[in-house]
Amino acid sequence: MADNFNLTTDGGIATLTIDVPGRSMNVVTSQFLDELTQLIDQVVADDAVTGVIVTSAKDAFVAGADLMWLVNIYDMKLPPAELLKENQKFTQALRKLETCGKPVVAALNGTALGGGLEIALACHHRIATDKPRAVFGLPEVQVGLLPGAGGTQRLPRLIGIQPALELITQGRHVSAEKARDLGFIDQVVPAEHLLTAAKEWLESNPSAEQPWDKKGFRVPGGSGAFHPKTVQTFMGGSALIARETQHNYPAPIAILSCVYEGTIVPIDTGLKIEARYFTSLFQNPVYRNMVRTLFINKGAAEKGARRPKGIEPAPAKKIGMLGAGMMGAGIAFVSARAGIDVVLLDTAQEAAEKGKDYSRMLMTKRLEKGRTTQAKMDQLLARIHPTTDYADLDGCDLIIEAVFEDRGIKADVTAKAEAVLAEDKVFASNTSTLPISGLAEASKRPDKFIGLHFFSPVDKMPLVEIIMGEKTSDQALAHAMDYVQQIRKTPIVVNDSRGFYTSRVFGTYCNEGMALLQDGVGAPLIENAAKMAGMPVGPLAVHDEVTLDLSLKVHKQTQADLGDDYKPLSALPVALKMVEELGRSGKRFGKGFYDYPEGGKKHLWPGLSEHFPVAATQPELQDVIDRLLYMQAIETVRCVDEGVVTEAADADLGSILGWGFPPWTGGTLSYIDTVGVAEFVARADELAAAHGDRFKVPDMLRQMADKGEQFYESTAERSQRSAA
Amino acid sequence: MTDAYIYDHVRTPRGRGKPSGSLHEVTPIELVSQVLEALRDRNELDTSRLDDVVMGCVSPVGEQGANVARVGALMAGYHQEVPGKQLNRFCASGLEAVNTAAAQVMSGQADLAIGGGVESMSRVPMGSDGGAMASDPQVAYNTYFAPQGIGADLIASKYGFSREDVDAYAVESQSRAAHAWENGYFGNSVIPIKDQLGMVLLDRDEHLRPGTTLEDLASLKAAFVIPGEQFGFDSVALQRYPEVERINHVHTGGNSSGIVDGAAGVLVGSKAIGEELGLKPRARIRGFASIGSEPTIMLTGPGPSARKVLKRTGMTKDDIDLFELNEAFASVVLRFMQEMEIDHDQINVNGGAIAMGHPLGATGAMVLGTVLDELERRDLNTALCNLCIGAGMGTATIIERV
Repeated sequence: MADNFNLTTDGGIATLTIDVPGRSMNVVTSQFLDELTQLIDQVVADDAVTGVIVTSAKDAFVAGADLMWLVNIYDMKLPPAELLKENQKFTQALRKLETCGKPVVAALNGTALGGGLEIALACHHRIATDKPRAVFGLPEVQVGLLPGAGGTQRLPRLIGIQPALELITQGRHVSAEKARDLGFIDQVVPAEHLLTAAKEWLESNPSAEQPWDKKGFRVPGGSGAFHPKTVQTFMGGSALIARETQHNYPAPIAILSCVYEGTIVPIDTGLKIEARYFTSLFQNPVYRNMVRTLFINKGAAEKGARRPKGIEPAPAKKIGMLGAGMMGAGIAFVSARAGIDVVLLDTAQEAAEKGKDYSRMLMTKRLEKGRTTQAKMDQLLARIHPTTDYADLDGCDLIIEAVFEDRGIKADVTAKAEAVLAEDKVFASNTSTLPISGLAEASKRPDKFIGLHFFSPVDKMPLVEIIMGEKTSDQALAHAMDYVQQIRKTPIVVNDSRGFYTSRVFGTYCNEGMALLQDGVGAPLIENAAKMAGMPVGPLAVHDEVTLDLSLKVHKQTQADLGDDYKPLSALPVALKMVEELGRSGKRFGKGFYDYPEGGKKHLWPGLSEHFPVAATQPELQDVIDRLLYMQAIETVRCVDEGVVTEAADADLGSILGWGFPPWTGGTLSYIDTVGVAEFVARADELAAAHGDRFKVPDMLRQMADKGEQFYESTAERSQRSAA
Repeated sequence: MTDAYIYDHVRTPRGRGKPSGSLHEVTPIELVSQVLEALRDRNELDTSRLDDVVMGCVSPVGEQGANVARVGALMAGYHQEVPGKQLNRFCASGLEAVNTAAAQVMSGQADLAIGGGVESMSRVPMGSDGGAMASDPQVAYNTYFAPQGIGADLIASKYGFSREDVDAYAVESQSRAAHAWENGYFGNSVIPIKDQLGMVLLDRDEHLRPGTTLEDLASLKAAFVIPGEQFGFDSVALQRYPEVERINHVHTGGNSSGIVDGAAGVLVGSKAIGEELGLKPRARIRGFASIGSEPTIMLTGPGPSARKVLKRTGMTKDDIDLFELNEAFASVVLRFMQEMEIDHDQINVNGGAIAMGHPLGATGAMVLGTVLDELERRDLNTALCNLCIGAGMGTATIIERV
């Protein structure tokens, strides 16, 4: 008896209804596939059945694969032959269905993604409803995989190689109408007519043969290594994928190969080719890393995984935003967008109004692109109240300050705001450099004082780093998290430290870029190696963006705060020389490591090699990559060791969403697991011997290596533990 | 080992490789057979004495497919006992064919053979034969494939040749080729191509643009910006050459080899058969070598192949009087000159493919013949000819007059 399906027959028509128990959406699991395979056998063998309808009992048809199941497949480490055999079962079942001689129609009552769409593609006819939110596509590439149940074979055979590749390599989904225009949905009908339309089609004496099983079939638009159009597609496609992935993500090129190789041969051979590439992706940790961090852990963080239990939710209706500069204006925008009233306070009314203008500018752009309406824009703007008067903060559920990074000014606004703020409400600082516990000393109620570190530009950057001061209470944390959830950002929670977690580790990336320069490594090699490692921007370019000027300010502040305890960053002399001697303080100042010609593309400053001579012997590319990635991972381990970061998921999410650590790694700590902790320690020791103590790993990591531990436990360990 | 001697060389004029070109109406087989006829007639050859006809061809499909050498020999009325084979070492195919013919003689397995090549680029466009290199995603991705033009621009970027440098080289090529034609330097080797009525269709290279100036060339748009920037090939190139900040796109139609139609053949044999047939040897083939080099930059094979053949022959660069390196792209020759420390006065002295065109499968035989004619004209002794090759290879041959 199937758990995930209901099979009913009525006058020769079998209706297979997908209804995964205990889930709001149908998702594909191993059991789902076993049952479907069995039911297909049953329907095919049943002589009384003359036609089949496949549909779902939920709002959507099928949303795709269960992500936890996908992650576990990697951890199970099945031998490739066994995994291949498993993977082929579903493909073979669908193949059996489409060649059984009975017409099969997919009645798509809603969204069909991934495996769901692949089931539909193996039907002879696809009818979708006109449900406005329903989407159709093969998004597997986004979790580092490919559609492994015939998606890479049937879609190009239906709609042509170029349009199919655009959907599959980008994981894009489209509406029912668009899918019909592209040619992979045959009919779009009102929801109430769906099953009638499906029956009508079955009664119309339809062909039960797929186009690709008909004699003389050709892929629409051509295929193969001779067809000039497809040759162009594949030639350009390979290079574009190389550019986008920098060879770090195996799925896109595997998809391209499935389509290229698979459309030269008959579909049965094509399906075998697809199964081999599909299985090969499961051997590679990249998909596991991406799914674990960017889907499972990100989703959990957004649902409040780190929110202290047992505290009543307290969503904010009104917040106070102190400082209407770049950050304040951005926070005001995302808050107003979430339906929260914002008192936007600055020292001059003009400055406060200017902060509100930022929201007006963003919404006008959206309006021009048709992504919002005038009414919504007016509503949003009406929620932002620019002022200079602290009394206006009365009734706020939360106050966030984003004033100058100056302790005196911060202490002043804290006192003024707390005078108005209700005693049980949270006061948050958006500082990125000053320790929270120190700032909290200016507060009358340090237990309600917390750090909410936003990233710039606030409307685009998904992360908020929440910093717990020494005295911050669980309640303050819970309420701060409620607000972060309201504005639909992803929270991570860290403990107080200079630079907290993200700024601190990001700083080591910038520093390592300068250290490489100091060591005589050519600037292009530094920047290109960073991109090839998967960083979005090279360390010199990104340092220009945040400005070297800021780095020096932080340096001076830290020096003043710590005195003799201060250990400056190893490559500080490079920043000092750039700023103080050469007057090149960063992009905002028109020049830094790069030149910024007006109207032209930026390029590395030719004078760099004069002031930082390039050594005759250059390191191997991999050495440069290792220095850049290891440095960030090791600093993260220090944060774990010092208790700044307590959860691996926080470290990993923060690193990818905060400063762009390569998603293929799954994050800074997941990267260490991926390399292997012992291997990582050995390599770090080599780097420390060659380049200095900053590569020395904390003893904690060495002990983990000795004990064979890693940051994430595998499924095997988990089940062992729960059995014990 | 038997020595292999060059007895003769002929080539067709090079027709513009488009429908308006004078050789567009001529089939590739006809180009081959007229070359073979000329070699036979000029040398009063008893073709039954030939042991092989080897022809290079880079896009051996369609009317250019299925062994142009055998079919061309049959059409030229060669004795049916003369076999033919077609080979493909991309842009060096013509030279490789001569080397292969020579190798048979040197190893004592043949007495007399023809090596040459053909490419009718107006009729069988470059790339017509498909191939995995560019279009199979696994191959393209894992070998970091980029088109030749990107490789040429990468050479310029990595080795510091500016747009002005490559354009200046091209101006000189045009001027040298025009001067050579005006003074009849190619007269001994270029045969007119005739139609079915015996009327001359073309007797002179028609791709040249004599009088080309730096200003003319400066106005041309760089040809590989779009594939480089929009299709991702610049990024592919930088992944292999991360020490380069960016690709400086300097090559244009004006400083790259022209697309043309043409064929060429070289008669090679032992000393003994020359004496027997009353043929006068013009040069001895001292040695030849092919190498593989990094495939993404693709066109840096000339240096290593030159060094290899010099080593094999026990010679040094200073023993060579003239160099002839196919002008696939200006940067290829500039890099070879830089790396080998060769003065421009000593290389491509009568211009090259930038002015006259590069009929892919045939060019290798043409550079050999051209430099042999020039050795004779200047009464010099030794020459090294050389081509850069797709997928990262190089083929070089040293000849010495006798």
